[in-house]
Amino acid sequence: METFNVYASRLITKKEYFSPGHRACQGCAEALAVRLVAKALGQNVIVSSATGCMEIVSSPLPFTNWRVPWIHVAFENTSAVASGVEAGTKALIRKGKLPDKRTVFLGMGGDGATADIGLQSLSGAFERGHNFTYVCYDNEAYMNTGIQRSSSTPFGAATTTSPAGKLKPGQITWKKNMAEIAVAHNIPYVATTCPSYPFDLIQKVKKAASINGPAYIHILSVCPTGWRVPPNKAIWIGRLAVETGVFPLYEVENGKYRITVDVPDLKPVLDYLKPQGRFRHLTPELVDEIQERVTHEYNGLKAKTAL
Amino acid sequence: MGERVGIEVSLAAAEAVKMANVDVVAAYPITPQTHIVEHLSELVADGELDAEFIPVESEHSAMSVCCGSSAVGARTFTCTSSQGLALMNEIVFIAPSMRLPIVMILANRSLSGPLSIWNDHTDVMSIRDSGWIQIFTENGQDAFDHVMFSFRVAENPAVSLPVIMNMDGFVLTHVIEPIEFWDEETVKRYLPDFEPVNRLHPDNPVTMGAFGLPGIFTEAKKAQDQALINSKPVILKAWKDMGDLVGRYYKPVETYQVEGAETVFLSMGSVGETVSIAVEELRAQGKSVGQVKLRLWRPFPFEEFREAVRGVKQIIVIDRAITYGGPGGPVASEIRSALYLEENMPTITNFLCGLAGRDVTAEDYIAMFEKTEQMAKGKVRQEDYIIYGVRE
Repeated sequence: METFNVYASRLITKKEYFSPGHRACQGCAEALAVRLVAKALGQNVIVSSATGCMEIVSSPLPFTNWRVPWIHVAFENTSAVASGVEAGTKALIRKGKLPDKRTVFLGMGGDGATADIGLQSLSGAFERGHNFTYVCYDNEAYMNTGIQRSSSTPFGAATTTSPAGKLKPGQITWKKNMAEIAVAHNIPYVATTCPSYPFDLIQKVKKAASINGPAYIHILSVCPTGWRVPPNKAIWIGRLAVETGVFPLYEVENGKYRITVDVPDLKPVLDYLKPQGRFRHLTPELVDEIQERVTHEYNGLKAKTAL
Repeated sequence: MGERVGIEVSLAAAEAVKMANVDVVAAYPITPQTHIVEHLSELVADGELDAEFIPVESEHSAMSVCCGSSAVGARTFTCTSSQGLALMNEIVFIAPSMRLPIVMILANRSLSGPLSIWNDHTDVMSIRDSGWIQIFTENGQDAFDHVMFSFRVAENPAVSLPVIMNMDGFVLTHVIEPIEFWDEETVKRYLPDFEPVNRLHPDNPVTMGAFGLPGIFTEAKKAQDQALINSKPVILKAWKDMGDLVGRYYKPVETYQVEGAETVFLSMGSVGETVSIAVEELRAQGKSVGQVKLRLWRPFPFEEFREAVRGVKQIIVIDRAITYGGPGGPVASEIRSALYLEENMPTITNFLCGLAGRDVTAEDYIAMFEKTEQMAKGKVRQEDYIIYGVRE
């Protein structure tokens, strides 16, 4: 589908399952990603959501933006809630208490809910082999509480708890590689994607949902508010993340790696870092350090696709 | 009626869960709850129980799985103790606010530290104000019967609230008792299928767990409080119907030899049977003593309790948990406030005992009675609470 972009857009449903009127910030690429995921999955889905931006913008009692069944319980337990939703539905169908209807079970959370506080419950659900798809909307910090660093915040980024100061250049640790952690669970499908590439995103979500067993999708979701970029630049920044190799788009199907958006000549990471206020304090030396790491990791990924 | 068998109480409770035809069991092992979930997993492995057994990676996830499965309309059970309850604490408060009728057996055990696996009530008291319906069981038969009761009350559409069935760790979970099982027909007549008020299903999308802004939060909490209060008639009916079916009539507040008693012991859970022995002994000595047992802890049975102690001069409240630096044990505090506006409010003495499995015998209760008498006569200072049996 990705090779027929002009035609492909007509194949995407006009129906909205994550309805307009939510309270996300202007230019929020995470809300866009949620909308695309919802479009990819259609009506027959039950969504379990973690506490976070997407929960808060979409469910102020007594209103909701969800036109599909949706549940939020807490922050760190989405995967366990999704496990229960899946197991309960499975049992009721098996015992003849519900009609046999193919339903997709979706768990969703931000990077904090996934890579930090919810990592245990996610790992447990992967290990138990529930038939569900987990989507991490990664905006690289705790945006809902006011841009605090997470383990998914990239090296060098200034956040409200990893400020750029006289001694420290913002975040001093390297971004946790959640996709690789998911791969290490030997689940059938893992992918990375970004709403700047809508067809790539939709295709991967559909594939994840069609696979029997756990699937993990990591979506880089540009946050103009937290990244200090203008709202109308979110899609462009997302593309730069891919074009510079900072966030390569790939999938791992039954252990087999494939890069889905190939970038033969990576742009320098500076192109990605420079427009973002969160990186504006970086020295040329630090940019070089980041460039070195990105090149190294990209080559490592390339090598895996050759296996 | 069903068969009478000699069986470990944990296994009997698990058998009752099976007979309730539960759909999902999610649990994490913790002493002394283990035998219940082990047996349930055996029943599932042998095909005797058609359910999803989810061996979660923590109690926090156990309660979270239960929220998910209950939300899709599956009959849901979990079981834990002590630290496990503490770990799931966050979700324990959320389940009733979402009106999810989960049934949980709490094999009561002390909360760390120091670490102890033995029985008291510090675990359940930590979630006293979580909004669950909470009952205490006294013996094996009682525990078996109340599994059915818990599902029936929780899932009643007029209630739709989770239920905690307290069952003392070891002293109840690990003893073998003669228990009369229910036959299938009785279960069927007593426990209807679970028809949830709302369920997560693509055919009728609902949003569950929306967040509350200040403009609506208070109203949501008032509704939740009212829901718990309103569960009482359903609870009473469930006990009445059970009595009519199996011949055992349970009550929110149960009494023993209270007729004309000037002093009554008040206890919850399995210690009640030992207290009864002490009461008999004291009666034989000519003392005017009786016993009151609280079976229903939430919603608190104010009316029945006030009625049960009417005319009593002295209540000896047995607490199995400490409120550090507070007004005494949690049960005594509630008893005092329940009686505060009553005319001729009885004197309340409060003994904290049996902490983390410390044995409390009938002689100890007699000693507590004697100490209470001395305090009443002014021979020793009246104290708000006494931690009984401290070795000095």
